[in-house]
Amino acid sequence: MLTFLNHLINGISLGSVYAIIALGYTMVYGIAKMLNFAHGDVIMVGAYVCFFAVSSFGLPPVLGVLLAMLVCTILGMTIERLAYKPLRQAPSLAVLITAIGVSYFLQNSAQLLWGSNQKMFPAFLSGDGISLFRGQINISTVTVVTIIACVIIMLVLTFFTNKTKMGKAMRACSEDKGAAQLMGINVNSTISMTFAIGSALAAIAGVLLCSAYPTLIPTTGSMPGIKAFTAAVFGGIGSIPGAMLGGILLGIIEIFAKAYISTQVSDAIVFAVLIIVLLVKPSGLLGKPIREKV
Amino acid sequence: MANQKLVQIPSDSLLPERDADKLPILRALHLGIDFGGLTAVDDFNISVGRTEICGLIGPNGAGKTTVFNLLTKVYQPTRGTILIDSIDTHGMNTVQANQLGIARTFQNIRLFNNLSVEDNIKIGLHNQMHYSMLGGILRLPNYWIEENAAHKKALELLDIFGMADLADAKAGSLPYGAQRRLEIVRALATNPKLLLLDEPAAGMNPAETAELMENIRGIRDRFQIAIMLIEHDMSLVMNVCEAIAVLNYGKIIAKGTPQEIQSNPQVIEAYLGKKKEG
Amino acid sequence: MKKILQNKATRSNYITYGGVILAFILLQGLSAANALSSSLKGQLVPICAYVVMALSLNLTVGVLGELSLGHAGFMSVGAFAGAVAASAMTESVAAEPIRLAIAMVIGAVFAGVAGVLIGIPVLRLNGDYLAIVTLAFGEIIKSIINNLYIGIDVNGLHASFLNNNITFAEGGRMILSGPMGIPGIQKISTFTAGFILIMITLIVIFNLVNSRSGRAIMALRDNRIAAESVGIPVTKYKMMAFVTSAALAGAAGALFSLGQNTIIASKFDFNTSILILVFVVLGGQGRMWGSIIAAAALTVLPEMLREFADYRMLIYAIVLIVVMLFTNSAGAKQFISKVKSIFMRDIEGGEQNG
Repeated sequence: MLTFLNHLINGISLGSVYAIIALGYTMVYGIAKMLNFAHGDVIMVGAYVCFFAVSSFGLPPVLGVLLAMLVCTILGMTIERLAYKPLRQAPSLAVLITAIGVSYFLQNSAQLLWGSNQKMFPAFLSGDGISLFRGQINISTVTVVTIIACVIIMLVLTFFTNKTKMGKAMRACSEDKGAAQLMGINVNSTISMTFAIGSALAAIAGVLLCSAYPTLIPTTGSMPGIKAFTAAVFGGIGSIPGAMLGGILLGIIEIFAKAYISTQVSDAIVFAVLIIVLLVKPSGLLGKPIREKV
Repeated sequence: MANQKLVQIPSDSLLPERDADKLPILRALHLGIDFGGLTAVDDFNISVGRTEICGLIGPNGAGKTTVFNLLTKVYQPTRGTILIDSIDTHGMNTVQANQLGIARTFQNIRLFNNLSVEDNIKIGLHNQMHYSMLGGILRLPNYWIEENAAHKKALELLDIFGMADLADAKAGSLPYGAQRRLEIVRALATNPKLLLLDEPAAGMNPAETAELMENIRGIRDRFQIAIMLIEHDMSLVMNVCEAIAVLNYGKIIAKGTPQEIQSNPQVIEAYLGKKKEG
Repeated sequence: MKKILQNKATRSNYITYGGVILAFILLQGLSAANALSSSLKGQLVPICAYVVMALSLNLTVGVLGELSLGHAGFMSVGAFAGAVAASAMTESVAAEPIRLAIAMVIGAVFAGVAGVLIGIPVLRLNGDYLAIVTLAFGEIIKSIINNLYIGIDVNGLHASFLNNNITFAEGGRMILSGPMGIPGIQKISTFTAGFILIMITLIVIFNLVNSRSGRAIMALRDNRIAAESVGIPVTKYKMMAFVTSAALAGAAGALFSLGQNTIIASKFDFNTSILILVFVVLGGQGRMWGSIIAAAALTVLPEMLREFADYRMLIYAIVLIVVMLFTNSAGAKQFISKVKSIFMRDIEGGEQNG
């Protein structure tokens, strides 16, 4: 029972990271209707920036995280402006390939700039953590921080999209860009803003991911990126609560699959669950069903 | 056409006199569909004779296209029955409905835009060709026989609208009117017994519309099939249709000959609104 | 017959056949004259395999119009099935070309079966959802093969999953050892075999497209609702395209693996699927000669850019982005049509003068 609880907590923690990444995917998909495969690599850039800020320049971790967020925000907006914006009207396959090009670009730039050998991410989130049931369950600080960060982000984003003017503009754009424009919403700056928020979240996710799994290489972001993307689809792509739910469920499934079935095929199990969910609910857990008008 | 008589048939429906002794090609009984809580079509009843040209009119949003979608099984009805050639279509899908003999055009044109005009029609002829995938890949004798026949048939059908010279053009590149006509030809290629036309004259100029009227009659006479059409152009409806059903808020409010419909107070009210009392 | 040759699409098909045959003869000649570098010679079989991969994916993406992000999965199934089969047949089928042909058929059959199994759930979905599920299946196939152990002894083939607990009779040997893959493959794939496979693939795709089944598939791509309204069963034809595509990929996988010393499952991952998708997109959706050129060029180029090893992936990424921007952005399109109109005016003017 206690080990079960332990796995559950680890699952929620891993799932929280997926959820934060998935938010970036889902917001961008919701508004730009594109699969941004480069999102996972923005995570990696965020982790590297924080790594160098803390390890090489001796900045305090908080500043390191903020710096990573700043760099990723600028990076995200730049990518959008240079690579995606000219393709607003292009077929989705062209946008997809462009996103993959950006992903390769980021990975290979990182390799050239920072080398392909792995870096050990500093354990600035160490500390005692929480001990429950007389030390039978130990929850590390990283786990606690990750879960708290995820909850805060969720609350802030929900407030932002529902209550603020910018958030409402974002929802309007994802519903109908043309109509939003006619209502005086600046669609371009709204999309740009979405990329900025998604990328800042990616930076946080990168730091949290590397705090839990401290080896950092240029392809660190790819697999978590693909899995978070799966999580976003799982929850219903385009839906913010869906991304949260999908991310956390995915984390739990992955940890349980590793613990109770097999480490080697845990990824296969995660993807199999995704397929089953999509067969039962073709637009994900919380996604809106789309009906083609005849 | 205008002095065609409609006669009552036992099931309390109207059919043109010449079709009265044959079973109707289409019968819809108490047909209805709800979307969520909204009733889009309710208690829709109609019989269409084997060679009848029947109009379905009504204000915007009355549910006309929804009726077509029900008849072609794009939507499954919430209530009621559709009999095509006396066969109950319950549980059937669009493909099966087509194989029973119902074909249609769409309000917002749906062609296979990247394919040639001829290929669009050959896709309509799909179920009249029978060679297998392997026969196609290996180009067995059947392939050549059936493809040559299909080629001839396609040109023949195109000739109805004098479009045979456009056979090699890309469907998506045709002018609007030609696209509408091609959709009709493609539907005809499936060898239907009932052809549903959703606003065939939309976007056409008066000359094109006049020609279309002739074409619609011509198709009925040549293929001896029933045609049901949705149209806002009243001159077309009143001129070619033998019977007209008026739909408002998902219900039929009147049925009859063009003359009867034109003088029906309920119809006038649905289109022009109620006269203010006093 | 004359009428058929006038058809633009048919003419382009014959040009494609001709081009492939010419390229084969040319390369064979150069190879016989020892004018090919040894690295390029070694690339010939993989090039053929990737060309077939691109062609088969183009059937799914360009002709059927569905995005698949897991095409390498089918290649993997074919590669391993073919290599296991070839290894098992080492003694019983002595003639290498026959063994290769049987291995490719077995690869195609296994991949085709995988295509049916995957197609049943996948083809019920649409658009991006379909794409993500093919990605998921690609990863699942990789995971499964990564944990599969196959060996052979006098009693036949033995397999186990996750852990290697195969016990052999006298003289048994392992063929596939999980994450270690299949080592020591006897290289029986030849350039000629690759060429024949490309030609078969082209015949299958071109003849399919110009048949009643192919038209039904393209009708689904262009307008599913209209296709249904004229009586085209959706699932049947989606499945036909998807499974044909998978089977061709399987044959390509067998060709590929039997030209390598070793194959491991992680070679056929998401990145390989994407690589093949890039061939298709750069070559043009539905344009088979484009896929051939893109696949061949992009397989040879990295080898030729060896001296820029550090930068070549970066260059590749930049080229990819720039090509996509140039061929698809609104601004670039205007520019292209402007240039075109200037040239066309010149040509038309010239014709009038002449």
